Amino acid sequence: MAFAPFLIPLTALALSLLLFGGFVSLAGANALEVYHSIYRGAFGTWFSWQNTLVSAAPLMLTALCTALPARLGLIVIGGEGAVVLGGLAAALTGLALIEANPWVALFGMALAAMLAGGLLIGLVGWLRHSRNVNETISSLLFNYISIAILSFLVIGVLRDPETLNKPSTHHIGETHMLGALGESSIHWGFGFGLIACLLLWILYKRTVFGFAVDMVGGNARAARLSGLPVGRIVFLVCLMGGAAAGLAGMVEVAAVHGRANTSLNAGYGYEGILIAFAARHHPLAIVPMAILFGGIRAAGSLMQRDHDLPDATSLVLQGMIFILLLASEAVFAHLARKRGGAA
Amino acid sequence: MSNLALEAINVSKRFGELRALDRVSLKLAKGGIHALLGENGAGKSTLVKCIVGFYTPDEGEVLLGERQQTIANPRDAHDLGIGMVYQHFTLIPNMTVLENLVLARPHLPAVIDWKKERRAIGERMARMPFQLPLDASVNHLAAGEKQKLEIVKQLLLDVKVLILDEPTSVLTPDEADEVLGRIRDMTRESGLSVLIITHKFREVMTYADDVTVLRRGKHAGSARVSDVDVKGLAEMMVGSEFSQTALAREAVAEQPVKLDIAGLSVEDDSGMSAIHALSLKVKAGEIVGIAGVSGNGQRELVEVLAGQRPSAGGEIRVMGEVYAGRRRDLLRHGFHCLPEEPLRNASVARMSVAENLAFRRFDQAPFSVGGFLRRGAMAVAAARAIVDFKVRPPTPDTPIGDLSGGNVQRAILARELGERQGRPMNVLVVANPCFGLDFTAVAEIHGRIMAARNAGAAVLLVSEDLDEILELSDRIHVMSAGRLVYETTPQAAEPIVIGRHMAGHGGENHVH
Ligand SMILES: Nc1ncnc2c1ncn2[C@@H]1O[C@H](COP(=O)(O)OP(=O)(O)OP(=O)(O)O)[C@@H](O)[C@H]1O
Ligand SMILES: [Mg+2]
Repeated sequence: MAFAPFLIPLTALALSLLLFGGFVSLAGANALEVYHSIYRGAFGTWFSWQNTLVSAAPLMLTALCTALPARLGLIVIGGEGAVVLGGLAAALTGLALIEANPWVALFGMALAAMLAGGLLIGLVGWLRHSRNVNETISSLLFNYISIAILSFLVIGVLRDPETLNKPSTHHIGETHMLGALGESSIHWGFGFGLIACLLLWILYKRTVFGFAVDMVGGNARAARLSGLPVGRIVFLVCLMGGAAAGLAGMVEVAAVHGRANTSLNAGYGYEGILIAFAARHHPLAIVPMAILFGGIRAAGSLMQRDHDLPDATSLVLQGMIFILLLASEAVFAHLARKRGGAA
Repeated sequence: MSNLALEAINVSKRFGELRALDRVSLKLAKGGIHALLGENGAGKSTLVKCIVGFYTPDEGEVLLGERQQTIANPRDAHDLGIGMVYQHFTLIPNMTVLENLVLARPHLPAVIDWKKERRAIGERMARMPFQLPLDASVNHLAAGEKQKLEIVKQLLLDVKVLILDEPTSVLTPDEADEVLGRIRDMTRESGLSVLIITHKFREVMTYADDVTVLRRGKHAGSARVSDVDVKGLAEMMVGSEFSQTALAREAVAEQPVKLDIAGLSVEDDSGMSAIHALSLKVKAGEIVGIAGVSGNGQRELVEVLAGQRPSAGGEIRVMGEVYAGRRRDLLRHGFHCLPEEPLRNASVARMSVAENLAFRRFDQAPFSVGGFLRRGAMAVAAARAIVDFKVRPPTPDTPIGDLSGGNVQRAILARELGERQGRPMNVLVVANPCFGLDFTAVAEIHGRIMAARNAGAAVLLVSEDLDEILELSDRIHVMSAGRLVYETTPQAAEPIVIGRHMAGHGGENHVH
């Protein structure tokens, strides 16, 4: 069935909206009006579109952190830690290069962030391959460790004494900030996200490396029989996933906050996990999913304000979409098997 | 009362363009063994999967003792007393025997009282045809034990009809005799009805009461086993045109050593020594057969050669250079390996046939240029290989996991033994290449292995089938407890002596 790839997510989406309508009705709001608010807050105006896309930018990058290793059969949930370390590395590099040409500084920040995030998740992959440490648990623990390192440093040695309420590093300098796309308020992070998804899709779909990843992920024994360096491939894929999430941290620092502080730990990494699963780990499908989830994020405050709903309401909607997407996928796979066709 | 346990009438099933079953009927009598024969890809597995509701047939029906029954899924089949053992193991590897047996029940209580289950299953196990250690992890069971566990799993569900898809392909002849003998006793004692798929005429003639033959998805004939002979069955399977050609073993002059294993030691999964300081040389134009009972280190030996397991000591040299299974060396030296169980060891089930055929060369021209894949070139090469090795269905983009067991084997053979664009094949390691292949395919594979030898490859053949070893080898080693304990040639070989060494009772006349 050629249309199944679209039919499945659309059905799931419609169902979850219905279910969510029931939920907000129970909470005492008018479902139709809530739908309208979500639409307005997320996609209704150019202003809301900009907010949506700004939220979608880091989500695309963190989703890649789960989606890339998923092709190897690894469930990595360390995006949050990679964002945090990436942001921290970017801020430090930015401060070190504060006298340098802005392009050099931005390039250095991006590189440092990708390296920090990449090495973190690369370490997860290495532990899995050579020490058989479960990658899901190690990456979860690394999240906590990374967040602790960030807090320790920004409260301690790296703290700019002028930041009172929210301890932060010094500012990287307004001239070194990552700019916006054209006249909009959408920053370049969105472009990074799009390009990363596109490039990695090409890498997976069209290159020799992607083929080798499919072999290792599909059957490591067969890959070894063909002489592939399985450990190196596992490490590289994790490194790339971590680098994407690290870049998200750089974008948050260089385009939004100007400093590293605990705002880096805003749940983008965790939301990226949902997006990766909802997109079935397909790099291109991540783009619309990230925009959808970014929209829900952007509409959250409107829902709260106009309908007096608790601020966790948007999380409920995200959760429903996630669960129904996975469930519908299982149902479709079952039907495909009965027909005997390729699932 | 009818004397039929089950009847399938005019069942058809197609997969895309391929008619896997075309109006096939089958009558299974109560309390007997019915064999289902046919070439690889004839539709045997598809037929039984339709019977148990794993597939929904496109047309036709299944009757259970006169009443028409809709069996929509394997759970319905279970409720009606039908159990099936699939061609590939369906056990949960990390769990124990007991856990596997309990979890197989379709209607489980919310909370499992393991103590009670243990007692109940322990008691019933005593009356089963095979005894299995309840606390052993399935990981550590040998193939034969796994197969027995699959059967016991069904018997404990009180099935009245038991369907077995190639249960003996992974068993030695002795194990097969044990399993089939016990099952025949059960059909006599308790009225169990058994439908069994096999490629081995000997098993059909010895154990079955009735036989049905499929050919290319069509019903080719049914008979009482007492009324047919092997030749008649073979003709029914392939049509009348079959002919057997003898293997041509060409004389080769003294040749250089191409595969040289020196002092190799290997550990098994649990870190115990599986192979002790094994040394072996294989020369060009020579087939060296390794005979032995499975579980004596053969699997570990092949895994080390295949690059799937690290060695714990010693050295492997291919073409005089130290060999570690890296991709570069694999291609440069023309090293080829056909491990057993190709779906587990040599292919990626969800990748297409064309992709699986490209594993050796996907990073070389013409399959890729500048790091980018050329899928068109892969498809063209695959189409040729599919014709050459008669893979069915002949569609390169079917996922290889959807192919019948024998067709997966053929596809992998095509990759390792097929077109090489002029590169020589220097070393060929083969393990149990004919598990699950029909007799025409067996003859063809043997022919290809012999051809590789005649063309100058050094061939190492590891097989549990002594007849295969005797037929193909130039030299024979017997492997027992991780050592090569006896060497002989097919001409000088005495089966009794080989058997004694295989069993580990070499006695005084040790060679090594
Ligand atoms: N899901 C599927 N999709 C496409 N083709 C299939 C599928 N399942 C089976 N086939 C093809 O249908 C034919 C019949 O397959 P089946 O598994 O019934 O063969 P078989 O008689 O059991 O053979 P073997 O002895 O090799 O196990 C084969 O050509 C097989 O490759
Ligand atoms: Mg079969």
